[in-house]
Amino acid sequence: MNILVCVKRVPVTGGRISVTADGQEIDTRFLGFTVSPHEECAAEEAVRIVEKHGGTSTVLTLGPEVAIEQLRDLLAIGVNRAVLLETDGREWDATSTATAIVDLVRARADAGEPFDLLLFGNEAADTGDFQVGIRVAMALNLPCVVGAKAIEVRDGSIAVQRDAGGGREIYEVALPAVVATKEGINLPRYPSVPGRLRAKKQEVERIEVAAGGAGEAGVGGPDPAKVALTVPVTDSTTAEILGHGPEAAPRVVELLQKIGVLSR
Amino acid sequence: MSALPSHARVVVIGAGIVGNSLAYHLARLGWRDIVLLDKGRLPSPGGSTGHASNFIYLTDHSREMTNLTVDSVHQYQELGVFTRSGGLEVARTDERMQELHRRMSSARSWGIDAELVSPTQAKAMVPYLNSDILLGAFSQPGIGVVDSLRAGTIMRERAQEMGALTISAQTEVLGLDVVDGRIRTVRTDKGDTQAEVVVVACGVWSPRIAAMAGAAIPLTPAVHQMISVGPVPLFAGTQGEIEYPIVRDMDTNMYERQHGGDLEVGSYAHRAILMDPDDIPSIAAAALSPTELPFTEEDFELQYEQALELVPDILGDERVGIRHSINGLLSLTPDGMPILGETPEVKGLWACAAVWIKEAPGIAKMVAEWMTDGQPEIDPHGSDVARFHPHQTARAHVRARSAEGFNKTYGIVHPSEQWESNRNVRLSPFYEREKALGAMFFETAGWERPMWYAANEPLIAEFGDRVAQRTAEWESRWWSPIISAEHLAMRERVGICDLSAFVIFDVTGPGALANVQEMAVAQLDVAVGKVVYTPLLNEAGGIKSDLTIMRLTRDHFRVVTGGAHGMGDKKWFRDHLPADGSAQVTDHTSTYTTLGIWGPRSRDVLSAATADDVSNDGFPFGTCRTIEVGGIPVLASRISYVGELGWELYVPMEQGVRLWDTLWDAGRAHGIIAFGIGVYGTTGRLEKGYRAHGAELDLEFTLVEADMLRPRVKEQEFIGKAAFLEQRANPPVARLCTLTVDDHTSSTGEKRYMLGREPILTLEGEPLVDAKGRRSFVTSAGAGPSVGKHLLLSYLPPEQAVAGTRLLVEYLGERYPVTVAVVGSTPLFDPENARVRA
Repeated sequence: MNILVCVKRVPVTGGRISVTADGQEIDTRFLGFTVSPHEECAAEEAVRIVEKHGGTSTVLTLGPEVAIEQLRDLLAIGVNRAVLLETDGREWDATSTATAIVDLVRARADAGEPFDLLLFGNEAADTGDFQVGIRVAMALNLPCVVGAKAIEVRDGSIAVQRDAGGGREIYEVALPAVVATKEGINLPRYPSVPGRLRAKKQEVERIEVAAGGAGEAGVGGPDPAKVALTVPVTDSTTAEILGHGPEAAPRVVELLQKIGVLSR
Repeated sequence: MSALPSHARVVVIGAGIVGNSLAYHLARLGWRDIVLLDKGRLPSPGGSTGHASNFIYLTDHSREMTNLTVDSVHQYQELGVFTRSGGLEVARTDERMQELHRRMSSARSWGIDAELVSPTQAKAMVPYLNSDILLGAFSQPGIGVVDSLRAGTIMRERAQEMGALTISAQTEVLGLDVVDGRIRTVRTDKGDTQAEVVVVACGVWSPRIAAMAGAAIPLTPAVHQMISVGPVPLFAGTQGEIEYPIVRDMDTNMYERQHGGDLEVGSYAHRAILMDPDDIPSIAAAALSPTELPFTEEDFELQYEQALELVPDILGDERVGIRHSINGLLSLTPDGMPILGETPEVKGLWACAAVWIKEAPGIAKMVAEWMTDGQPEIDPHGSDVARFHPHQTARAHVRARSAEGFNKTYGIVHPSEQWESNRNVRLSPFYEREKALGAMFFETAGWERPMWYAANEPLIAEFGDRVAQRTAEWESRWWSPIISAEHLAMRERVGICDLSAFVIFDVTGPGALANVQEMAVAQLDVAVGKVVYTPLLNEAGGIKSDLTIMRLTRDHFRVVTGGAHGMGDKKWFRDHLPADGSAQVTDHTSTYTTLGIWGPRSRDVLSAATADDVSNDGFPFGTCRTIEVGGIPVLASRISYVGELGWELYVPMEQGVRLWDTLWDAGRAHGIIAFGIGVYGTTGRLEKGYRAHGAELDLEFTLVEADMLRPRVKEQEFIGKAAFLEQRANPPVARLCTLTVDDHTSSTGEKRYMLGREPILTLEGEPLVDAKGRRSFVTSAGAGPSVGKHLLLSYLPPEQAVAGTRLLVEYLGERYPVTVAVVGSTPLFDPENARVRA
């Protein structure tokens, strides 16, 4: 099976996020970069499917040259090939991104190397707009399942599971298809040292792209324009040690009464 | 957590391993009202302690650092947080094997249990090593790992149990107020605290905090990369943290150490990645912690390959994943040593920074002792914050030297190795003359000083066999036989030597005599025009320094001391100035340059350049006065560190060239040469048995042991007098001796020459240990061209400190016979000291 995994370079957050002075970007001076957990799972799923059923996995990202770092991270866990749709570093919206991906997928099909399965993360970790996979499916007129929690390869099709209330929905989807995976579909492996060394030596195919032409691709209407980013105000929490050992009990009781767990 | 009190005896800023240890040791020594602050949450507030790899290697070529590390291990053991694992340093190259022999010697000198093992033995200890690429390993069974966070918690708890400590976490220091040169208030976001003493124990943030008070702590945050891989199948079922010895892959500047089911691989091999303290992210903005920055994959590429070569069984296993990678921040300093002690800028403001886990509790104990009564057991002078000359605190210097030193973390560093970065900072007026003579410049305290002159190469032929040649690369490095030839020419004729690196300061005022008397062991109430060489002691009677003092007028004393330790000496004098302002210390280092002229014909040369009386009667030894040389007034001081007739000549910097040219012209007829510090600091000195601070003299030895006693002790009080009198009343447990090497021939037939710090052993190969537990080692080593021997100085126990005793010295894995030539300070050359008094 020939699988394409589409990922996006995003900052690793964990601490308080701050925004650049112009309000347009996240301040990434102290941040590392990664891909979203959903995308990591998509890459892991692609590697597992190829390990089990043969074929080739290709990871693709659209972004500046530095995004090669994320491609190598995924080559290191066993993805076979990498493609960078290289931009000048400006942020692309979902329609433009989808357009560039559609162009590549079509070009590969025309060259006789069509993809059987296009995997996306359910949503990007930074912008969280749930757009690109669906737009690509629409443009290519492919079936699409989002929120995938399991993929089973069958003969010429796949069975995709997703959470639905307390149970699971199961879709049997003919290939080629688009699937957006959700974290939890698998537990992605860490790269090994030999994996890292291989990834370092592997070639990354670089294709320069320019934004525009969304209409022709058929990926849908334009994105809303970004006005500004603001950091939401969060309630600060404090921790207080009420005491140690049995001596702490009266204060614990007092607190439980205060918040209404125990009646006075 | 208690509230921040309005007053404290001492505020310790920073609750990493250093601050916690210090709070505990201060409490233990009786301090109360201690406040420990940190901006972060406890027990891991976000500094370097929180991500340290926490392992402890024992042997360092520095005795001070080794002793501090050993003390730290004892403390960690007592706290119950030390796990012994053993550890190896492995060699992939011949050059490294030689270095491991040298480390073995240091281990023997400092008393560390260690042995050199074969690749097969190394593999038996650490089965995952690829022994095919190894030549051998240096094994220290006492190596282990610690839980530094737990250690910190226990120490805080102990200090609290003593009722001595208030802890205030999540408290950010906003300012430090200084009043009349003394620390007064710590301002924080939780309120202000007035404090008598404040300690900056803030690791990578220390420069920023010290700057709030106008003080300099010249360190730079720098990245150390580490990855953690796992799960390692071999480590499955490991009980506790570690079962296999830690491995330092010295040639690649990396380490591999088990951590539970994982293997940690750390590197000092990548490019130096320095940060500015102000650019470190805040706790809130940091993804992990402020000192755990995102891993930069590209800097580790070569390290993956090199680590894979050494531990292929683990790192080559595709199932073993890289689970964690960080760019951890640690502190680097321009000379690689910690930064400790009271800052010279602000009274009561102390630094305790650039300290590693391995030595932190020992350093905290030392600094606490120092803060308590000025009497640390281990001599801190190499780490003293006061050691820095102004240019050494400049950001460019700190960054350049720290970057250069970083890749030498596991490096093979020659004892005479010179820095390459930020040179030519301080040039004496003689610099162009020296360059023209082909000077080989070595740096001290920023000064470029000639070690020898290429122009003197023809002297080698003149002196023939008396100039010992060296064929082995190691001891030929940073050395030239020209040094010995210059030595002989100076002893036979006359030479001039650039001494501009001296630190010079004046003590003046009506209280000046009282001040210098308090400082000096020697009598300073001497006639105007006398020059006095004197040691300085601390209260415990340890040797603080040695220097010369000239009495220029009744209330004017000029202190001349070495460039390396001079800044510390200046602070010591300043600290003891009378409170009534009746004496002042003024630095003249950059005002005066110094040119030494020595040798039997020095009087002839000087006479030819001056009309003043420089005869032995007219200008006796141990006196100083201003004479006119070549038309300029020159302060001439008749003393000698090379044991020859001659003078130190002091002139204003801008007149230095005039003085040089005058002497050079006057000296032509007498065969004058310029000679380098190789003669002044080593060959000339050792033949005369002159002691050097930092080599023979430090706080851990006494004047009795160094045999630097005068017949009588002066009546006046001086610092350390009581202890000194007690030392004199008892027989010494070690005596400084001069030893000669009897045979230099190694097993390969090559002649080898010791460079210093090697262990002295009995003929049976046993180390010598004195009654204070100190081992005998070579404090200084060098050629003695006039006595035709290679000379070693060493403190020996009384049984061995007997002229004629035969012993061994271990050098690079082999042992050579030596003989005690002289016990005590009697020089091997000119024992009557007739030449200096000629």
